[in-house]
Amino acid sequence: MTTTQENPTAQAVELITVVIDGFEVSVPKGTLVIRAAEKLGIQIPRFCDHPLLDPVGACRQCLVDIEINGRAFPKPQASCTIPVEPNMIVKTQLTSAVAEKAQRGVMELLLVNHPLDCPVCDKGGECPLQNQAMSTGNGETRFEGVKRTFEKPVAISSQVLLDRERCVLCARCTRFSDQIAGDPFITLNERGALQQVGIYENQPFESYFSGNTVQICPVGALTGATYRFRARPFDLVSTPSACEHCASGCDMRTDVRRGKTLRRLAGDDAAVNEEWNCDKGRWAFKYVTAVDRLTTPLVRGADGVLAPASWPEALAAAAAGLKGKRAAVLVGGRATTEDAYGYSKFARIALGTNDIDFRARVTTDEERNFLSAKVVGSTTTYRDIDVADHVVLVGFEPEEESPIVFLRINKQVRKRALKVSAVATKLSIGVDKLKAEFIKVAPGAESAAVAALSLTAKSIILVGERASESTGLLSAVAQLSDKSGAKIAWIPRRAGERGALEAGALGALLPGGRPVSDAAARVDIATLWGVSNLPTNPGRTTSEIVEALNSGSLDAVVVGGVDPLDMVNSAEVLAALKKSFVVSLEIAPSAVTDLADVVLPVAAITEKSGSFLNWEGRPRAFDSAVSDSLNRSDLRILSAVADQMGESIMLGTVTQAAREIASLGKWDGARANFASVTAPGAQKISGNEALLNSWRRLLDLGTMQKGEANLAGTARKSVAVISPKRAESLGVKDGDILRVSNGHGAISLPALVEDIHDDAVWVPRNSFGTQTLISLNAVHGDIVTVVKA
Amino acid sequence: MAYTPDQLQVMDAIIKRYPRSRSAIMPLLHYVQSIAGYVTNEGIELVAKLLTLETAEVSAVATFYTQYKRKPVGEYHVGVCTNTLCAVMGGDAIFAALKEHLGVENDGVTADGKVSLEHIECNAACDYAPVVMANWEFYDNQDVSSAKELVDSMRKGTPKPPTRGPNSLVTWKEASAVLAGINDGKANEGLQAGEPTLLGLKLSKEGK
Amino acid sequence: MTKLAPVLSAHWDEKDSFTIAAYTRHGGYQASAKALAMDPDAVIQLVKDSGLRGRGGAGFPTGMKWGFIPQGDEKDHYLVVNADESEPGTCKDTPLLMANPHVLIEGCIIACHAIRAKHAFIYIRGEVTHVVRRLNQAIEDAYKAGHLGKGIDVVLHVGAGAYICGEETALLDSLEGFRGQPRLRPPFPAIAGLYARPTVVNNVESIASVPAIVANGAEWYQSMGTEKSKGTTLYSLSGHVTNPGQFEAPLGITLREILELSGGVRAGHKLKFWTPGGSSTPLFTDAHLDTPLDYEGVSAAGSMLGTKALQIFDETTCVVRAVLRWTEFYKHESCGKCTPCREGTWWLVQILRDLENGVGTEDDLAKLLDLCDNIMGRSFCALGDGATSPITSSIKYFRDEYIAHLTNGGCPFDPVKSTLFSGANA
Repeated sequence: MTTTQENPTAQAVELITVVIDGFEVSVPKGTLVIRAAEKLGIQIPRFCDHPLLDPVGACRQCLVDIEINGRAFPKPQASCTIPVEPNMIVKTQLTSAVAEKAQRGVMELLLVNHPLDCPVCDKGGECPLQNQAMSTGNGETRFEGVKRTFEKPVAISSQVLLDRERCVLCARCTRFSDQIAGDPFITLNERGALQQVGIYENQPFESYFSGNTVQICPVGALTGATYRFRARPFDLVSTPSACEHCASGCDMRTDVRRGKTLRRLAGDDAAVNEEWNCDKGRWAFKYVTAVDRLTTPLVRGADGVLAPASWPEALAAAAAGLKGKRAAVLVGGRATTEDAYGYSKFARIALGTNDIDFRARVTTDEERNFLSAKVVGSTTTYRDIDVADHVVLVGFEPEEESPIVFLRINKQVRKRALKVSAVATKLSIGVDKLKAEFIKVAPGAESAAVAALSLTAKSIILVGERASESTGLLSAVAQLSDKSGAKIAWIPRRAGERGALEAGALGALLPGGRPVSDAAARVDIATLWGVSNLPTNPGRTTSEIVEALNSGSLDAVVVGGVDPLDMVNSAEVLAALKKSFVVSLEIAPSAVTDLADVVLPVAAITEKSGSFLNWEGRPRAFDSAVSDSLNRSDLRILSAVADQMGESIMLGTVTQAAREIASLGKWDGARANFASVTAPGAQKISGNEALLNSWRRLLDLGTMQKGEANLAGTARKSVAVISPKRAESLGVKDGDILRVSNGHGAISLPALVEDIHDDAVWVPRNSFGTQTLISLNAVHGDIVTVVKA
Repeated sequence: MAYTPDQLQVMDAIIKRYPRSRSAIMPLLHYVQSIAGYVTNEGIELVAKLLTLETAEVSAVATFYTQYKRKPVGEYHVGVCTNTLCAVMGGDAIFAALKEHLGVENDGVTADGKVSLEHIECNAACDYAPVVMANWEFYDNQDVSSAKELVDSMRKGTPKPPTRGPNSLVTWKEASAVLAGINDGKANEGLQAGEPTLLGLKLSKEGK
Repeated sequence: MTKLAPVLSAHWDEKDSFTIAAYTRHGGYQASAKALAMDPDAVIQLVKDSGLRGRGGAGFPTGMKWGFIPQGDEKDHYLVVNADESEPGTCKDTPLLMANPHVLIEGCIIACHAIRAKHAFIYIRGEVTHVVRRLNQAIEDAYKAGHLGKGIDVVLHVGAGAYICGEETALLDSLEGFRGQPRLRPPFPAIAGLYARPTVVNNVESIASVPAIVANGAEWYQSMGTEKSKGTTLYSLSGHVTNPGQFEAPLGITLREILELSGGVRAGHKLKFWTPGGSSTPLFTDAHLDTPLDYEGVSAAGSMLGTKALQIFDETTCVVRAVLRWTEFYKHESCGKCTPCREGTWWLVQILRDLENGVGTEDDLAKLLDLCDNIMGRSFCALGDGATSPITSSIKYFRDEYIAHLTNGGCPFDPVKSTLFSGANA
């Protein structure tokens, strides 16, 4: 590598050498004794200690003997709260009888009021209390008295149950909720021996991050409603996995018993999700099994009826329908990088077209240009947030749309009061928690606010996919970045979008960020693929493809994981599919199935290996968690169709695709130019009109949350938000029903009067009782009428 | 019960006493207790709103301190010190007698809502043991019969005055307002000190 | 020559002693005027020279504590007065504030000036309505008189029933609006106390002692007391004595001397055990009547001076019952944060209750002591340590009495006999 790389270890770190149980170890200044001991492989028992939470020293399980400069502390110290110091000598339970007795004493006390109901406890078999009682406890208790009892369990939300009898009051859960999630909905209540974790009675533990408390609970006090009593940890087969729900890129672990996913846990990746994830990632996995999966291919017969067919029949029918036709590819944003690469290659080789777009949502040409010029190949990372002087949120609600990004920003806000600004119409719960500067604009008027920002080269602009909904906004972001040197990070909602972008599943780009219009780029890829040439015209965008299908300029389309209802003008999309020859690759029947001519069932995420690129562009690889599935990934099926067409794409396996992607190499040539688009500004309104503002909440009616009633129970309530001024003029107070309507339809929701631009109304985009795209066919900035119902 | 603008103004003034608003949580809880007689859900929700805290954060605080009651107490809340010294010197006997006399258990309220009873910890008046508190005013040197007379006077609506306190006993709600820092104008009432407080000074003046 | 030396209590016998008029009549607010004219460091030095040590129990030199506050750091500094007097047996700050709240306010002014603080908070326990009235009125009057509000503000903060808030870091958390649970140290309050700013936390009596020191000089204060325990202090005598009360005397007086002055143990009875400084200080017996009641003397005899709360129990008192009740207190007041204190006090109460009822064996005494060993020095703060003091010290001196409960199948004492009204009202 010739480029200079920032070396994070280059900064001089002061090392301190201490002696623990007779062994020397050198650790960075500030390291806690318990952590230094870990470096030597010495495990000091602990409960309240957690490396990502502030030390608290509450459980007293980790007591050790310490002396500094020959002076011994008069009593054992909690090794989880004391940083190493020069000339420190530590004696743990391994070498100090005092420490050993202290630890045994604390363990005995912890068990005094513990119910010892391990045989019926979910935690049994993976329980730190159980394990450490074995290592540090006595076989027999001396306690002959009465144990404390509580009603058990109590539901503190629809997905978390609390058993206070098992609780050791380590406060990991309450500290997580306060320090990490910023949702102090669970607290320690009462006092002394009656101290207990709890909620305020009228406010359940409805945090998007509540599942982490279940995971870090060192006993069985917090359990997940869905997993409760379902399995023993030793009956589960665990597979490292990556989360498919959003672009945060969480490392995960999927636990399967007899072919069925029973739970998913946050994995440990310090660079990305640290040890956390969101509740959607943790608890939304049954969609794979909750719906009736497609089990065989379907082919529409001469009678016009879709009927089960054999794979050879179906592949032949697909090939026949596509061969020689003017065909395009619509691949949703949830494909793995390898699958997206398969679609990309299939379009170019088998269909001979650049008509491919992964953006099955509200999009613009400005956005495609922005992605090609500013996003593909970009290298902004979580680490940049850690060191940024200012983070600007544009068309992006991190807590709702990329929760780990939210946690990362929140960490810096808490740690060093990181400055955050949000250019938005409504002050959201998440932005409020980040103590961000709320730059309030009317929908459509974002560009001017962005242009007025003053940033530095250490700033970072986090742009959400919704920025495309305000014409000229991405141009303003590009200009701000050019002017200030601030880094841009584009953070889409879906897990596969960044990978699809890099895989060239976009009309203007070939794999690896190579512009279609660049001859050298085409030669690169043609050589790799072993074809003589590639189509030269930049392909159509999603909306152009739909238009062309409707107008008859295109005959056929290959659709993979697209929900037409995610797009504006979904009626046109459905009409286009109805008119055309449609090959649909999907896991379960959908709106597309009904209109398809050939339906090819594919593997769900747990049934295949692959990877996503998260918003950073960082590969998040995963293995198949359900090893005996017969379902195949999209790329293998596309490969088979291509073979049938006589236009082989040679992607028999995910490994093959991954290897090919790895061999692409960097594109050193020019990126696409970015052509700025002028912002028209917000639309003018009058009377009861308002400009629509809307985003998808983390927990909503998304198809990948199907079958998760417990999770859905913690979703934020659907409301229509208006400003105090509008509320006054409408004579509306909180809870009154508001009717939001346009020529297409109407949505009625309880009002919530909050900090929002006076010209706007906010409703959730896809929540219970409010699906704006379906009901209103309206997006950000469109005019709607708001009245009291 | 909604809070009046006057009450909200008082609460605003309480918040302004502190450099950081969260510090006002305790006086505010005393204050909502002075309005409803105990810390109601409504009170918790209001305090959370005024201090921009989550309700759980407020209830966590409210349940930590024993003076905040989460259910109604009597108009006169009687506390009998049963910490060791008072207990030994008669507190236990007084507490047992009052339970029987009032027909309530610890933390109980009489049916007429006049008197509630609680055994309390050391109230910093050991030289006046056995000590009984009512609405946290001192009733020094009590015995079983004086304590019974005291609660009887409360039930009749004419409570005996505290031995070291204002000229007459204020109600639970009124006392809670004092604890919230509201001046009720009674600071100058009552003794400056009882005899035991002055004993050393007296002996010293006698040259001892 | 008198063994007593009323300084703080000098004018308590005047009916209006708590008013600003009475306080001013006796030279009140002259010391603060004098101090405000001095260099702050000179005030700190004066207090250091006086030898004043913390009267809340620990006996840390007050001037040294003030000296720990970083100077010129451009940060807000705070003075916090600990008026959360709740240690069983302790009853000195409450009568002091009832009789003379202004001396505390004047002390606050001087201390704030010394440590460059603009704000003082007085954290008073909530169970003393009338004292709250007096203090609040005094603060109001001090503002009216112009002593406060000119660069120094005093805010009264009323607690709500939690012994643990007497622990200085728990007090700070409580004052910040959290549950009153102790904080990790370091950082110490002098560096990061209230609102994470440099903070001095002093007991009422310590701060109230300052005006007289400023007025009369360090040498005057030094002239009283013993070698390392200077000045006068309030001793609170209570329990089975003829005349309980407050006795302000130079440090180093003995219980025998105080009993002789005040009329002794109640007639017809004899001293059995006593606490030198509240229930958290190991018990003494009649063998300690001549122990000098200063920091060193009490410590050398195996206890702590603590709050100088002299709780006297005569031979009618069952020591097991007394200790059980204290243990129930610690269980009730344990904040719940750490395991040893929370679970340990829960367990201790159950064992002691059995022992008091004559249930158990001698092995239970060993278990009790081992349990104390697992709590003492293993807890987060001193509350857990304090909970073990009455148990270990009572077994040390009265092991036979515990055994007698077991052989007797119950408590051998008649509780009526130890009441003040035995034979009369009971």
